Amino acid sequence: MSILVDEKTRLIVQGITGREGQFHAEQCMNYGTNVVGGVTPAKGGQTVLGKVPVFNTVRDAAKKTKANATMIFVPPPFASDAILEAADAGIELIICITEGIPVSDMVEVWRYIQTSNSRLIGPNCPGIISPGKCKIGIMPAHIHKKGNVGIISRSGTLTYEAVGQLTALGLGQSTCVGIGGDPIIGTRYIDTLELFQKDRGTKAICMIGEIGGTAEDEAAYYIKKHVTKPVVGFIAGQTAPPGRRMGHAGAIISGGQGTADEKMKVMRRCGIKVVKSPADLGKTVAKVL
Amino acid sequence: MKIHEHQAKDILAKHGVPVPQGIVADTPGKAEAAARKLGTDIVVVKAQIHAGGRGKGGGVKLAKSPADAKKLASKIIGMTLVTPQTGPEGRKVKKVLVEEGMPIAKELYMGILLDRQTSRVMIMASEAGGMEIEEVAAETPERIIKEQVDPITGVKPYLARKIAFALNLKGDALKKMIPFIMNLYQAFIKEDFDMLEINPLIITKDDRVLALDAKVTIDSNALHRQKETLAYRDLDEEDPMEVEASKSNLNYIKLEGNIGCMVNGAGLAMATMDIIKHSGGEPANFLDVGGGADEETIGNGFRILLSDSNVKGIFINIFGGILRCDILARGVVGAAKKLDIKIPIVVRMEGTNMEEGHKILGESGIDVIVAEGMKDGAQKMVKAVK
Repeated sequence: MSILVDEKTRLIVQGITGREGQFHAEQCMNYGTNVVGGVTPAKGGQTVLGKVPVFNTVRDAAKKTKANATMIFVPPPFASDAILEAADAGIELIICITEGIPVSDMVEVWRYIQTSNSRLIGPNCPGIISPGKCKIGIMPAHIHKKGNVGIISRSGTLTYEAVGQLTALGLGQSTCVGIGGDPIIGTRYIDTLELFQKDRGTKAICMIGEIGGTAEDEAAYYIKKHVTKPVVGFIAGQTAPPGRRMGHAGAIISGGQGTADEKMKVMRRCGIKVVKSPADLGKTVAKVL
Repeated sequence: MKIHEHQAKDILAKHGVPVPQGIVADTPGKAEAAARKLGTDIVVVKAQIHAGGRGKGGGVKLAKSPADAKKLASKIIGMTLVTPQTGPEGRKVKKVLVEEGMPIAKELYMGILLDRQTSRVMIMASEAGGMEIEEVAAETPERIIKEQVDPITGVKPYLARKIAFALNLKGDALKKMIPFIMNLYQAFIKEDFDMLEINPLIITKDDRVLALDAKVTIDSNALHRQKETLAYRDLDEEDPMEVEASKSNLNYIKLEGNIGCMVNGAGLAMATMDIIKHSGGEPANFLDVGGGADEETIGNGFRILLSDSNVKGIFINIFGGILRCDILARGVVGAAKKLDIKIPIVVRMEGTNMEEGHKILGESGIDVIVAEGMKDGAQKMVKAVK
């Protein structure tokens, strides 16, 4: 089993005629994801990648293709608009890969999403993969393996690192969710933890966090109360200086809040197996399974 | 992006937020003329650097006459100002803001920032003005008022009133505080501020409400629609190597150690710093070359690492996804051939096109230490620089 995406997912790609959008749409198709359409305003009517119809609006695409998920590759100044369009069209799962969306745009988007029936993943994320079933995002597919470890992470390549370690040990993944490195994201740890807890195909959870904000602390308290499956955790940025944005817009220690030490302490207290070294993620998951 | 106090005040004034009259001066003579033009009994001479805590470092002084302002400006302009926020090396002061002195009756605090917990903009206010807000938050959190703003309504009068009453204001000051807060929020949204701090926000003896200080950072992701503000960027206030890196779209932050790191992805870059530390070393930097890096970008990153004289070794840690290992290897080889490298380089590569990447490095004749996994890489690196 898996969460959020599987064989039944029908995906459209917003920004499919752009260089990145097209490249990754093709990669997802090659993995077996059912890419049913694309959207680029004023380029509707074309067909790309051999068989994928392009529409002018998400509403059109949703109506004609019965899509239930979208992957957004729209440049940052226009990406929030693309998210709103997808939510307005009733797309259930919106995955926004774009990095660099202004915060004030996301404040509006977040507010709107709460009143809609859509779930937003990201922005500034690598996407979601349920190995062997469906890949929506930019992660290198070949490092993944079907299995029963669920991964949640704010980072891209650090998630690949964890996946690489697990696969090397013969441990597959149920679903890997990149929730995104921005200060405002549509789906947080808690939402994803809830899904993994319910999913019968997930036997252990690997939670990768980083400095900035308090999302990991909130997740830790949630785990203590509601999650019975073993959770292994890591926090990146144990050596990061305060007040500096470490690449991700959300990775900043401000006013003494959001340090790795603090997060690790709370996570440990809540029963999470916290590893200090990122190299120990794989073998620690192996131990708890 | 950070901006100077006087620039922040110009922006705030544009949105109807009252600020004291002030003139920027880059010479003592101009500071004297500014004081004369302002014509108040007392003027304040304030060093313009991006770091806070300027008063503590001797960068803010009261002048009792234009001649006095000249004398003080001659001391401040050109000085290296050390404050709790500049670090021990301090910042060189190029300009001062000469401002009219204010008859202060009450000092308050007001800040606007993103509240990540609620994903909303939050206004923070306190009667404990003029103090470090972090200290107030730690010692007397009950003295901080917090109000989240619904983006649909923005700050309506009732919300501004709620804050003003909570600040125990009365009469004219109360009346004036309401548009002050509403305009401040407008400025925050319209100008894409990331963070805004008015500390102190003052009530004068004649019941005026003004922003006596203003600390603002702009959301770097919104600069495409804030062209006017972009012109305020002061490159002298930034680390020259970080400026150089930003030109190549590299995310670089200089640190104190001696092991240069080149990594793709912010999370992995932080984790690489962490594992160096756990292995007994000290990272010299954070460097995320990003997903879309090409050979040239990699080369630029490599050059930037080498230009730091503290760097005694370079650890390249790449998990190839979109960034293919062969591209990385070509970028490193290209840069290394042009530069005379005398320090050890450890490479750990995994993911897309890993074999080809190793082949390119192996055939290049450059002396690299190959590592299996990031732990092995960090340990080999630490050993090599010792």
